[in-house]
Amino acid sequence: MAEKVLMKGNEAIAEAAIRAGCMHYFGYPITPQTEIAAYMAKRMPKIGGVFLQAESEIAAINMVYGVAGTGLRVMTSSSSPGVSLKGEGISYLAGSDLPALIVNVQRGGPGLGGIQPSQSDYFQATRGGGHGDYHLIVMAPASVQEMADMTAKCFDLSDKYRVPAMILADGTLGQMMEPVVLPEPTDYKPNKPWAVTGTECKRKHNIINSLYLKPEQLEQTNFERYERYKAIEENEPLWEEFMMEDAEVCVAAFGIAARVSKNAIMAARAEGIKVGMIRPITLWPFPKKPFKAAADKCKAFISVELSMGQMIEDVQLATECKRPVTLCNRTGGMIPSPEEVLEAIKKAAGGNK
Amino acid sequence: MATTQILIAGFGGQGVLFTGKCIAYKGLDEGKQLSWLPSYGPEMRGGTANCSVIISDTPVGSPIVSTPDVLTAMNLPSLDKYEDATVKGGKIFVDSTLIDRKVKRTDVDAYYIPATKLANDAGFPNLANMIMMGKMIKEAKMVSMDGMKEALSHVISAKRAEMLEINLKAIEIGYNYEG
Amino acid sequence: MAVVFQKPKSLTDAPLHYCPGCTHGIIHRLVAEAIDELQIEGKTIGVAPVGCAVMAYDYFACDMVEAAHGRAPAVATGLKRALPENIIFTYQGDGDLASIGMAETVHAATRNENITVIFVNNAIYGMTGGQMAPTSLPGQVTQTSPYGRDTATVGFPIRVSEMLATLDGPEFIQRVAVNNVKNVNAAKKAIKKAFQNQIEGKGFSLIEVVSSCPTNWGMTPKKALEWVEEKMIPYYPLGVYKDRSANKEEK
Repeated sequence: MAEKVLMKGNEAIAEAAIRAGCMHYFGYPITPQTEIAAYMAKRMPKIGGVFLQAESEIAAINMVYGVAGTGLRVMTSSSSPGVSLKGEGISYLAGSDLPALIVNVQRGGPGLGGIQPSQSDYFQATRGGGHGDYHLIVMAPASVQEMADMTAKCFDLSDKYRVPAMILADGTLGQMMEPVVLPEPTDYKPNKPWAVTGTECKRKHNIINSLYLKPEQLEQTNFERYERYKAIEENEPLWEEFMMEDAEVCVAAFGIAARVSKNAIMAARAEGIKVGMIRPITLWPFPKKPFKAAADKCKAFISVELSMGQMIEDVQLATECKRPVTLCNRTGGMIPSPEEVLEAIKKAAGGNK
Repeated sequence: MATTQILIAGFGGQGVLFTGKCIAYKGLDEGKQLSWLPSYGPEMRGGTANCSVIISDTPVGSPIVSTPDVLTAMNLPSLDKYEDATVKGGKIFVDSTLIDRKVKRTDVDAYYIPATKLANDAGFPNLANMIMMGKMIKEAKMVSMDGMKEALSHVISAKRAEMLEINLKAIEIGYNYEG
Repeated sequence: MAVVFQKPKSLTDAPLHYCPGCTHGIIHRLVAEAIDELQIEGKTIGVAPVGCAVMAYDYFACDMVEAAHGRAPAVATGLKRALPENIIFTYQGDGDLASIGMAETVHAATRNENITVIFVNNAIYGMTGGQMAPTSLPGQVTQTSPYGRDTATVGFPIRVSEMLATLDGPEFIQRVAVNNVKNVNAAKKAIKKAFQNQIEGKGFSLIEVVSSCPTNWGMTPKKALEWVEEKMIPYYPLGVYKDRSANKEEK
């Protein structure tokens, strides 16, 4: 087995990206994700890759757009306010069907917000974030190991469907260190006939573009893209079920909120409360299936979030509002304590008896 | 199934994060489950810094230590802030050179180590943190002293081998400190 | 029958959508001729802007990328860093390059990014119907400066070539015009040099082309070209503003 090393979540993303064949990174400094840029700045020149600190988040995402057009693996990373700036470029990536990885190590908002961990960009990430009809593949790691694994997975899925992918982490996951087994390096060779690489005067020119002045054509393009989204929704949802076999109360939480919730669930179980958790690993596609099934046997749901309640809407949709869904949340950089989650579990367990 | 939740707190620059890292690497070498979480942001430039470390035989849930089993306070604000959060029966380690009050709680074990003075006396004034670490390991036993040198080699680069020996020595001073 | 005049290979057969009298057609042709003559069509990738030249991706026969408004130099940076052996050019208007995309322009220049930038300055936003541009002249009447550009409230036009030439980074900056045959020939030479520089790995080369917009200026094509001569060129003097390699050779 490969060696376990101790790494920060941010560093694990950077190293895993390199191992996935990503040789181009563009970014702009912002807390709490700067370790990704620092890691890339150190490593890329040594392995013949490119690290470039762009003049802005906007420039960085457009450099990503340029490299993605050539078919090579490329990424950028930022934190909430910076990801808003990247929104334009992300929409263009989606509209031009370009694969790329965007990492958002979230901090509190809105506005300049704070620098402490948050999950309040859930809507932005899962609804696209920029203008127009589109989705990103959004993965929410809950450990440093997953930060590494999902980086590789995001590149694969993004290439497979020609849909940009996002890792939605938070300041805690970015800054914490845990043992991690890094994925094996892959020798990535793009096979993308649509890419702009120069025609060599042997083929008709390729065009990377999201402009369609004829509405019929744009509609058709969007229809075609949504067929791919449909396939993603069918094939790619990922989630973890924790102590759900006999659960009467179901906690829904992702990322760091799921880590905190696990503590609370263990404590509640110790008190005899039948509670479990569904942890969405992909936020888009949202794992509707397990929630729909849980709605038939659990009497209450609790959405634990580091926001004013965003994923709760997807939980309500997935459970078709059959059961009450309450919110247990902190925001602005605060994290719910296991005790707060336990309180919410007790309330949900007792409330409907 | 033992889990030790450790909170190390002090001023930025006292090596609080580094101490946590050393414990984490030692845990890694011993095949334990663990997490290390620093405070981050402007407070790291000279304000208060703290670091959550969890060493466990089972997978770590939340990496945030809000109710420590082991609290190490390297300055008074840290003791003031986290003393009450420490679990009943927990252990509080105090750098008594810098903190001139006693632990008020009576339901915890308190240890007073004049770490800053010991470090100064030993000729490495920057290593009070490692002296505290030695004492923590001795009393809380979340990791063992065996193989400490190897664990340190993960965090101290080979280019600074002499630092490794000095750090090891500081840990030993703390480990052997009785007072 | 001998062919005495033909379309450059580097242009497609797509009919240009530009207004009668617009000089974009000339500038497209000059770029395509330069690419043909340097025999780089097969490895050239162009970046189209947002503005009148937005459809340039249909007109150039090389691989093309459509950028977001103003972001072409950043996109070109990505392309060039990914494919350093390829030839990358951007084709941008004044709103795109000197207003919304000024940061990308300045930073690509200061990095001496090894790309070629064709900057078409016609002192107005054409595609959106004639609004004031960062390069609109003092007193110039546009849809959004209906009483003439009032420098007291909206400031002065930006002389991009002069400004970029103050940077240490860029290799080559020249301003040309296409209002008469002599100037067209000079423009051709400059554009070719801007590509040649890239082939030789010299770095960032920008050619500012003073252009006309009869439609939005509200003039006949002929009058518009006269306006270029009488108003535009005095404000935007033609010439080489920076040629680092040439200066080096002199020293």
